[in-house]
Amino acid sequence: MIASTLAGFTGAALVGLGLYGLIIEPHPLRKLLSFNLVGSGVFLVFGIVARRGASGSYAFDPVPQAMVITGIVVAFAASALAVALILRLYAETGGVSLDADASTSASPNSDASG
Amino acid sequence: MSILPLLDIELAALVVMVAFGTIAARTLFAAVVSYVAYGLLLALVWVRLFAPDVALTEAAVGSGVTGVLLITAGKRLVPLRGGLPQAKVGRGLKLAAGLVAVLATAVLSVAIALLPDPAPSLAPQAAAAAAGPGAGLGNPITAVLISYRSFDTMLEKVVLILAVTGVWSIGRSADWGSRPATLGKDASAPPMALLARLLVPLGVVIGVHVFWVGADEPGGAFQSGALLAAMWMVMMMSGLSEPPRIGGRSVRLALIAGPAVFLTVGVAGAVVADGFFAFPRSFAKPLILFVEAVMVLSITVALPLLVAGPPSREAEP
Repeated sequence: MIASTLAGFTGAALVGLGLYGLIIEPHPLRKLLSFNLVGSGVFLVFGIVARRGASGSYAFDPVPQAMVITGIVVAFAASALAVALILRLYAETGGVSLDADASTSASPNSDASG
Repeated sequence: MSILPLLDIELAALVVMVAFGTIAARTLFAAVVSYVAYGLLLALVWVRLFAPDVALTEAAVGSGVTGVLLITAGKRLVPLRGGLPQAKVGRGLKLAAGLVAVLATAVLSVAIALLPDPAPSLAPQAAAAAAGPGAGLGNPITAVLISYRSFDTMLEKVVLILAVTGVWSIGRSADWGSRPATLGKDASAPPMALLARLLVPLGVVIGVHVFWVGADEPGGAFQSGALLAAMWMVMMMSGLSEPPRIGGRSVRLALIAGPAVFLTVGVAGAVVADGFFAFPRSFAKPLILFVEAVMVLSITVALPLLVAGPPSREAEP
C-alpha cells in the first residue's frame, strides 16, 4: 500500500505545481500545459482510490480506472479546443494575451528581449 | 524486504522533478518536451498502481498526442517567438501563487491521508458485470467501459465529435470546407519520411494487436485508436499524407460511426436483450468486439483532426 499512498502524494504535489504554473506563466500554451499537469495529478489521486478499492480477485477497482481512461481522452479533446481558440485569437489580434494593453503593446514583430 | 519501495520513492521524486522542469523551462519547446517525458514517467507510476490500461492511455494520449498538439501549436505561433506576452510577474504574485499551490497540495495530502479505511469499492459489481452481461471479457476495464458503464463510454465519443465540431467552427467562415494546415511546414525532410515508412506499418500492426488483446488483457479501443491516430499523424508530419478536407463525407461518417453504432446496439439491447445497453448473452462478445472496432475507427479519425486544427484556405495547393 506504500506505493499507492506515495502516488497519491505525488498527485497532490503535481496539482500544486500545475496550479502555480497556471497562475504564473504568461504564455497561454504554457498555461494549458500547467492545466494538464493539474489534471494528471487529479487522475493520480483518483488512481489511488482505485487501488485502495481492491477487493476479491481484483487488485484494483476497475470503475475509477475506466473513468480515468475516459477522462484522459476528454482532457485531450478540451486541450485541442483550447489550442484552436488560442491560435484563432492570434490570427485575429496578432497577440495571444487576453490583456488588452499587452496585446496592443506587443505586436508579433516586437522585440524579442521582452 | 524488496527494493521496490525504494524504486517507488525514486520514481515519485523523478515525476515531480520533471513536472517542475515543465513549469520552470525557459522556452515553450523545452516545456513541451519535458511534459512528454513527464507523461511517460507517469505511465510507470500507473503501472505500479496495477493500472496498465491507464498507463497505455496516459503514454499514448496524455503524453504523446498532447505533445504533438502543443508542439504543432507552438510552431504555428512561431512569429511570436520570444515576443509576447511578457507581463512582468512580480515577486508578490509569485509568493501568493506559491502559497495557493502549497495550500492545495497540503489539503489534498491531508484528504489522501484521511481516506476511509475499508475503502468503498465498486469492484464486486464490476466483477459481476464482467461475468454476466459483460460476457466473456477477461479484462475488467474493458468490461466496465463497454458493459457496466457503457453509456459513459458512448457519451465520451460524443465529446470527441463535439470537440472536432468546435475546432472546425473556430476557423474563418471563408475557409469552411477546406483542409486544415499541414502539420509540418518542412514536411518533406527525408529522415522524417524514412521514419514514417519504417514506423507506420509496424505501428498499425501493434495498434490492431492492442485492440484485439484488449478483450482479455491490457489494451482496448482507446489505446488502439490512439496508437493508430499517432501513426496517421506521423504520416501527416512527414508530408506523406495531408489532413483530410473537412467537408469530406467519408471523414464525417468515420467520425460518427463509433457512437452511432454503439447507440444503435444500445437501443437494440432494450428490445432484444434485458435493457438499454444490455447485450444478448449468446453473442455478446462478437457484438462487443464489433462495437469496439467501429469506435477504434472513430478515435483514429478524431484525434488527428483535433491536432490538425481548423480548416485554413492557405493550406490549399
